[in-house]
Amino acid sequence: MDFSYSITPIDGLFVVALSLLLGFEVIKNIPAVLHTPLMSGSNAISGIILIGGIIQLLNTTAESPWTMAAASLAVLLGTVNMAGGFFVTHRMLSMFSVKRKPANGPRP
Amino acid sequence: MSMALVYLASAVGLVQGLKYMGDPARAKLGNTVAAASVVIALIAVAIAHSGPGTSSFTIALLVGLILFGTVIGKVWSDRVAMTAMPQLVSIFNALGGACAVVLGLNAVHSEGPVDSKFLGIVLILGGVFGGTAFTGSMVAYMKLDGRKLPRPVKAHKHVAQVLLLTMSAITLSYLIAPSDYLAFPTLLLTISIAALLYGIFFTLPIGGADMPVLISLLNALTGVATLMAGLLFHDPVMLIGGILVGATGLLLTTQMCTAMNRSLGNVLAGSFRSSGAVVNEAEQEIKPITAVETASLLAFCKQVAVVPGYGMAVAQAQRECFALQEQLRQNGVDLHFIIHPVAGRMPGHMNVLLAEANIPYASVIDMSAANGKMEYYDAVLVIGANDVVNPAAENDPTSSIYGMPIIRAYKAKQVIVMKRGMAKGYSGVTNTLFDRANCKVLFGDAKESLLTIINELKRI
Repeated sequence: MDFSYSITPIDGLFVVALSLLLGFEVIKNIPAVLHTPLMSGSNAISGIILIGGIIQLLNTTAESPWTMAAASLAVLLGTVNMAGGFFVTHRMLSMFSVKRKPANGPRP
Repeated sequence: MSMALVYLASAVGLVQGLKYMGDPARAKLGNTVAAASVVIALIAVAIAHSGPGTSSFTIALLVGLILFGTVIGKVWSDRVAMTAMPQLVSIFNALGGACAVVLGLNAVHSEGPVDSKFLGIVLILGGVFGGTAFTGSMVAYMKLDGRKLPRPVKAHKHVAQVLLLTMSAITLSYLIAPSDYLAFPTLLLTISIAALLYGIFFTLPIGGADMPVLISLLNALTGVATLMAGLLFHDPVMLIGGILVGATGLLLTTQMCTAMNRSLGNVLAGSFRSSGAVVNEAEQEIKPITAVETASLLAFCKQVAVVPGYGMAVAQAQRECFALQEQLRQNGVDLHFIIHPVAGRMPGHMNVLLAEANIPYASVIDMSAANGKMEYYDAVLVIGANDVVNPAAENDPTSSIYGMPIIRAYKAKQVIVMKRGMAKGYSGVTNTLFDRANCKVLFGDAKESLLTIINELKRI
């Protein structure tokens, strides 16, 4: 396979280590109100695995129907995961009205 | 080169999008940014991998599948009720896991020999994490949806342990043994099947109230499976996406565990540490109150708080909570909502339900913020929550929920607990809140009780 842009395993490990640190840093202090949208949104991002399906699908021919069928299945599963996740997150976040600041509790 | 730049933009967009999603004012923008980044990456990959040799049939197939999948996702996400959000997230997560398994098996099937141990391990781990996430999420979905499942028995845990050992043994032997090209597809298939079974048996014993931990963990597993696929396809955006998801899932998992004062191992073991087998059944003296009495009590309050739990979701009483807030406002009473981090079946479940019912974000208060000022509340209504307001967690070292942070409803001037019946909370622990002098119990369906209270308040 000829990848127009790809990385070596060592590059991959660099990316893994650095983005792991980055990931924890980015989402460290998330208010509870956003926990569910964050979860469904990140769930949608994991649908990016469908890139693998696209690569497989575009690199097979009709001569190997099983490979093609499996790649198609992967694309479909990944797309539903991703699209559904982003749509439902959008729907949820549309419900939150954040015009006012959260209250600090009762006043004495 | 241009491909690399597009990929860079996509990766930056993912990180930035996720960052925005942690900020209430920009969360919606964050979701859009993340979605756009992913779409850009998909288009870039598709263009990079199609050349003059690509048949138009394949391209049509790809476009068709993506359109079809998008429509399914859209319809599904539009139709789901907000109370069913944990189920939907579980299903979507299951699809991601299934995708990882299919990709791994297909890669080995179509490309033949795996020429490095590194790739072999990547494939194996992808199968293990993907498979576990797939069936685990399906079982979680069935549990959340109230489907009939086999009762959890000890044997499930043993089967899960055996499967885990088998998978570890296969992985280890693959690492040690000299490369054997022919056997690898069989090996991957075996370990994938073991992972699928493991997902089932590992999820079965986990109880309903531990769902927030389980769902977060399964989310993290799919993230790791995506990460493995990224290594397999040498694709940096998949890598980064997978890691961000994994990190999010892990972070939420630990936060949920902290909120219950339990270790992850303890949750996965599927039971509270044996809660003294025979719970001391010193009959509790319950002081009942009627809905009408509750209404007149509330009418004389200045500040009232509601503590919602899973029971509110079951009774679908979130809209009545909003109506109560509106009515009390007219009576000159301030109503707040205090939410425990693990209330409901997924992280943030209660917040979503209250938002759906139009309850303003400004009247929703975190547990930690409310606990210090609890004595200023004239009354606290507990709707469908139990363990999270049980004072035994603070003052009874023998209790199995001892040490769990709770909402100190008992410190309010008056506590009214809305309950269906005398059933205990998820932990099976006696709720010592009922023994307190300032606690009364309002029996009945939460929705009906709230409606009665609202009608009564209108007449006052």
